[in-house]
Amino acid sequence: MKGTNLGEFEEIVLLTIAALVNDAYSVAICDELGKNTGRSVKLGVVHAVLNRLEEKGLLKSKLGEATSARGGKRKRFYSVTSSGKAALLKAREMREQLWNRIPDFILKGAS
Amino acid sequence: MKASQPAPPKWAERFLCWYCRPAILEDLQGDLYEYFERNVKAKGVKRARIIYILDVMKFFRIYTVRKPEFINLLIHWIMIGSYIKTSGRSIVRNKLFSTINIVGLAISMSVGLLVLALISDFHSYDNFHENKSRIYRVNTTQQNSDNSSINLATSSVRAGKRIKESVTGVEKVTLLRRGFGGDAKVGEAVIPLSGLWADETFLSIFTFPVIEGNAATALKDPHSIVLTETSARKIFGSRNALGQSIKFDTTNYVVTAVMKDIPKLSHMYFDALVSFSTVDLAKPDLDGDFMSWQNIYSNYTYILLPEHGDVQTVQASIDKISAAENKVQEGQPIDLKIQPLKDIPLNAKLGNPIGPSMNGIALWILGGLALVIILSACFNYTNLSIARSLRRSREIGIRKVMGARKLHVLAQFVVEAVIIALLAVILSFTLFMLLRADFLSMSPMLQNLLSLELSPRLILWFILLAITVGLLAGILPALFFARVNIIKVLKDISSMQVFRHINMRKALVVVQYTFSLVFITTTIIGYNQYKGMISYDLGFTTENIVNIKLNGVKGDLLAKELKELPEVTDMSRSLMVTSLGSIHGMQVKYKDDSAGVWLNLIDENYLPLHQHKFVAGRNIHAIADSAKESEVIVNEQLLKRFNIAKGDPEKAVGEELLVDNMRLTIVGVVKDFHYGTLLRSIEPLIMRYAHIQDYGNINLRVQTNDWPATFAKINAIWQKVDKVHPLEARFYSDQIQEAYNQFSVMVKIFGFLAFLAVCIASMGLLGMVVFSTETRLKEVSIRKVLGASEVRLVYLLSKGFIILLVIAACIALPATYFFFDKVVLVKFMYHEPMRISELAWGFFIVMLLALIMIGSQTLRAARSNPAEVLKNE
Repeated sequence: MKGTNLGEFEEIVLLTIAALVNDAYSVAICDELGKNTGRSVKLGVVHAVLNRLEEKGLLKSKLGEATSARGGKRKRFYSVTSSGKAALLKAREMREQLWNRIPDFILKGAS
Repeated sequence: MKASQPAPPKWAERFLCWYCRPAILEDLQGDLYEYFERNVKAKGVKRARIIYILDVMKFFRIYTVRKPEFINLLIHWIMIGSYIKTSGRSIVRNKLFSTINIVGLAISMSVGLLVLALISDFHSYDNFHENKSRIYRVNTTQQNSDNSSINLATSSVRAGKRIKESVTGVEKVTLLRRGFGGDAKVGEAVIPLSGLWADETFLSIFTFPVIEGNAATALKDPHSIVLTETSARKIFGSRNALGQSIKFDTTNYVVTAVMKDIPKLSHMYFDALVSFSTVDLAKPDLDGDFMSWQNIYSNYTYILLPEHGDVQTVQASIDKISAAENKVQEGQPIDLKIQPLKDIPLNAKLGNPIGPSMNGIALWILGGLALVIILSACFNYTNLSIARSLRRSREIGIRKVMGARKLHVLAQFVVEAVIIALLAVILSFTLFMLLRADFLSMSPMLQNLLSLELSPRLILWFILLAITVGLLAGILPALFFARVNIIKVLKDISSMQVFRHINMRKALVVVQYTFSLVFITTTIIGYNQYKGMISYDLGFTTENIVNIKLNGVKGDLLAKELKELPEVTDMSRSLMVTSLGSIHGMQVKYKDDSAGVWLNLIDENYLPLHQHKFVAGRNIHAIADSAKESEVIVNEQLLKRFNIAKGDPEKAVGEELLVDNMRLTIVGVVKDFHYGTLLRSIEPLIMRYAHIQDYGNINLRVQTNDWPATFAKINAIWQKVDKVHPLEARFYSDQIQEAYNQFSVMVKIFGFLAFLAVCIASMGLLGMVVFSTETRLKEVSIRKVLGASEVRLVYLLSKGFIILLVIAACIALPATYFFFDKVVLVKFMYHEPMRISELAWGFFIVMLLALIMIGSQTLRAARSNPAEVLKNE
């Protein structure tokens, strides 16, 4: 099962990376996450998750070009691998199934 | 990037580089930097820096940390043979430098070895006791009314018994009493023995193995005695001692056990143990009330805590006892403190010690001085290695081209330094073996206290010291070599910045010479002070006076015999010999004023014999034993203390003092003299007449040209009167010298250290001079060709060094002067003034040595034939 099941945070990180397309590097991911979820996200946490996801094979990364910003250090850009995409689709599918099974009246009046 | 832009702390960045895996280092650094920039804008530079540091710490995680590279260790292992080989070659190639390094390290380490042996001795004190870690002694502190306090190793019998009865959390308590002694008589044989009274738990707390007899019951019954093997052999020879009886005075004691001799490193010594129940039985009332809380002078109390016993609770319960007793008792309050057995030999501040001990601070000072000397030798190594780097750097360049990393070069040079240190430690071990005997024979105190025996553990410590010294000496040159730039070294060697560290090296030379000067001037001043002390004008004469201690011998009998000797021109008797440090005191009352004053008991010949000067009045008269005492002699300080006749000696004669409930008339006032040592100020004193019989001294004034013969005659007379005890006759001047023995020991130690420091500093200087003249040989030759005179050249080459020496002198000489003036000499009430010439002498000696060193080398360079030098290359 390892590599296919995603934790909640892992899923959000993966989605964010997919959404950022070509600009997904750690600080940007962090900012984007903060903007979308409304909670403050620590770099250390994101860094650890990125590392784990890469180990699982759901992400791949490459170093970008050096610029004068960031003290001359290169950025590491992340992109979702095909198994990452599969995992995302599977998670979405699982949710859809559950959503579909819920009768409409249950959620009525919530929002 | 602009230079003014704020940057994260350098060290945090370096730390990150050190621990982080190279694969993820770059972007992590970049991320942190980006955050840092943001924080600078949002929160200011200071906060941003702190956050940066915290972030660096936070990222220290398993997945970021670099894995150790085992390949490096493997390479080290393979290369170690090569390191040793090249080190060996370089040692042989540079004979002068190697000799300076090895000899310097060796002599400095020999002091280090001595200190290690000392520490090891103190650590192994009392190790033969199985319960060492659980044994504690109860020490006493008595608060005086004038805020001073008396600290004693002894405690009252009452305290011991109260602890035994009422303190929980103590496994065993033993009481000892000091002062057992006398002549053991068995048949015809008479042998003096001394020892302790001890109760029956003594042998179960302390591990003194019993050879014959039962340890559990040996000290139970009254009049039992336990002998050590040696004393048993002394008394009974090869006969069996067990069950025999020994007579002391009129009492018979039965030998209930014979125990093994006490090992050398024991904090207590005795020839024999006598059961404490003997004391209880006799109900003695010798010095005040036997069971009094205030009688804290004659008894020792040792306690044994159970395994995992709590020291604090025991101390708390003992504090409760003292508090309760102090409330009931009148007199000064007394506190009891328990002290672990291991602390006893290093605590010399307690009065009534049970055995020899040393001041812990003295050990620290000695250790500190040894460290200074060793560091000085390490400086030499560092200095010379870096100075020589020009010659080695090509080798390193090649090594680096072949693939050596920084770490490998570092390892190579550290290994080299360690090898040199290990070679040096062999030499210093030999030195240590030679020094050991001299060190111990410096003072009888040291001989009693220390054995300095070798043990495998100690040898291990020696090797460890050598390795540490090697690391210490080698790390700086190794770092220097590791940073060598390959291209620069291989392309153009002259561009290497050997002299970049020149200021540091100069500083090291200055430090070395500062210490050398401090040591040498300290020695000279100390020596002069010591000489001054033993020849100080005490206020009376000690010339040609021999003091004989009456060890229980009838004074009249001995005096009568001694009078027959033609060499003895004068003779007197006194209770004590003054100016040696021992004191007697008593309470004296004048009108309504009462004070403690010092006391000596003398006869009518004492004052004339010692040529005491009278300010007023006359000498004391002899009185018959039956007559009532009525006269007293006082000193000027006593008149001042009581303000008798407003301090006018003439009028004071005839005044009365109340002493021992007797009215004594002042018949004479002597000029103030030194009753105690020179460390004490002169204080009020009285001298009373007494017929000295068994205890005290006979003072002889002897006129002779043949001292050995005279002493032989005196000895023959003594033998006639007392066959058992040896004669204790000493020159007064020798006794005074002995009283200041500790200072003579200190001067000797400092003298030795000064010698070492100067040697090491000189060798270091020699190395530096040789090196710098060699590198400037070509310059010198060209100057010579152009017409420079030899004198000019010598001046040119040595100028730099002489400036360094002068700087060292400017630091060292005032520092020593103020140290003595403000710290040391204030401890002595009376001393010779310090002379500038003493400082000048120290300076002169060091300078002379240094100048010889510099002069010989620079002169050789200046005299070299320029044609020879310039022809080469």
